[in-house]
Amino acid sequence: MAEPLLDVRGVTLQYKTKDHLVTATYRVGFQVFRSDRYVILGPSGCGKSTLLKAVGGYIQPVEGEMRLTGSPIRKPGPDRVMVFQEFDQLLPWKTVRENVVFALSASGRLPRREAHEKAMHYIEKVNLGKFADSYPHTLSGGMKQRVAIARGMAMEPEILLMDEPFAALDALTRRKMQDELLQLWDDTHFTVLFVTHSIPEAVLVGNRILLLSPHPGQVKAELNSKGRAEGGEGRELSQRIQRMLFAEEVEEEAAAHA
Amino acid sequence: MPDGSVQVQRPEFVAETQSKLFGVVEKPLTAWERIFGKSAVRKSALLLVLAAAWEIYARKVDNALVFPTFTATVQAFFSAITSGVIPQRTWASIRVLLQGYCVGLVLAALLTALATASRVGTDLLETLTAMFNPLPSIALLPLAVLWFGLGNGSLIFVLIHAVLWSVALNTHAGFRSVSQTLRMVGRNYGLSGPRYVTQILIPAAFPNILTGLKIGWAFAWRTLIAAELVFGVSQGSGGLGWYVFENKNLLEIANVFAGLFTVILIGLVVENLIFRTIEQRTIRRWGMQH
Repeated sequence: MAEPLLDVRGVTLQYKTKDHLVTATYRVGFQVFRSDRYVILGPSGCGKSTLLKAVGGYIQPVEGEMRLTGSPIRKPGPDRVMVFQEFDQLLPWKTVRENVVFALSASGRLPRREAHEKAMHYIEKVNLGKFADSYPHTLSGGMKQRVAIARGMAMEPEILLMDEPFAALDALTRRKMQDELLQLWDDTHFTVLFVTHSIPEAVLVGNRILLLSPHPGQVKAELNSKGRAEGGEGRELSQRIQRMLFAEEVEEEAAAHA
Repeated sequence: MPDGSVQVQRPEFVAETQSKLFGVVEKPLTAWERIFGKSAVRKSALLLVLAAAWEIYARKVDNALVFPTFTATVQAFFSAITSGVIPQRTWASIRVLLQGYCVGLVLAALLTALATASRVGTDLLETLTAMFNPLPSIALLPLAVLWFGLGNGSLIFVLIHAVLWSVALNTHAGFRSVSQTLRMVGRNYGLSGPRYVTQILIPAAFPNILTGLKIGWAFAWRTLIAAELVFGVSQGSGGLGWYVFENKNLLEIANVFAGLFTVILIGLVVENLIFRTIEQRTIRRWGMQH
């Protein structure tokens, strides 16, 4: 088997709230290979977002290690670009084009002139060419997320980290964005690590799905998905995942009643 | 379901929408509606009414030593402008103001930088602003005169006090309210240190910074005029405040009004022209304020 692009081994993550030390994930391990659409799926409280932030370099694990192309992850860097759920991830004082150019030039990827060309290339790709000189506040939620995706892809990172990027969108837009993401992937086969709590989204977007159980997050299963090729909108796989997550709840309830 | 009733069965239908049936889809407003839609027009009309009321009342009182007429004030204002007295006094005031304002800004920047860099700095800023922000600058004037004598030094000292705390407090609050997402985005692209501050924190906190600048300016302008009323006695040429005081002593009440009018005018120009323009070119354009 080929070398994994991202190798996460036995990672335990903790964070402090005002009164508690919370363990978000406990000894989680997984491997992402090049051109994977790797989905981390779990209910709220399974530490999936915390895990993604750790891969982003924002949180250091208390145990275990994470390697990207062989070297350990220590801090945030432009080789792992995050796309967030929040619409305010775009810099409001820059236009769509400037937002993408800013990412490229601030990180030192490209000099300004070439950055402009590359920025326009990716903005066209997400069909926002007409809005290149608009400010983010004039765009709809879906368009803002498309800009964030264009910005992430323009960076051509080793891996694109997406933290429930469509969760704040309405259902119709979300569906459209999922299809667009898959079309973009068909084009360039970029590697993406995608966090979601929606089973249908995981089945549709992912080629491999990591299932986490909550409190603290632990690996429950790792499944393959054929995405769009799954029959009946992936109903069978969805039901299988649902049974796995649901079975645990029943057990927990039974234990609580016993 | 109550009474065991059944749902009413209705046939489905699909309608064609017809736009021709509407009387009005979009119609321009009348000229009158458009003119009165502008707040500038409405406010100008109000000002005219107020000026007329002033003129009528002053004529009724008929005592130029207490309440000069509007026309007399306007005359005094224009003759003071053409004689060069008001421009000269205004310039004297503004020069001192700018000096105090700039030094205040530099100190505010230093204090905020300290507060952003360390927790002790934050505590220091919070304690100092809590102590000094409620203290009116003018209350420091006696001390300032004791320390720096009767001169621009004292004025600049009270001006710094007027500007420093509001700017530092607002900038710091602005930095703190920059969203976690935006901070993470900045770090994602490898920004840190001064580049992170100038490229992420300052623009993201700009609405607050601008508020601080506006409050600082308003405090400074009022403080300066008040301070000039108190002294300027020993100065060859004082500022606008001193002009007002001087003319009151000379019983040139129309000139007093003209001086006050100039103070108002400059306040309006800075607040509504300069700051408004900055606002429109920045935070409104960016949708950070509506």
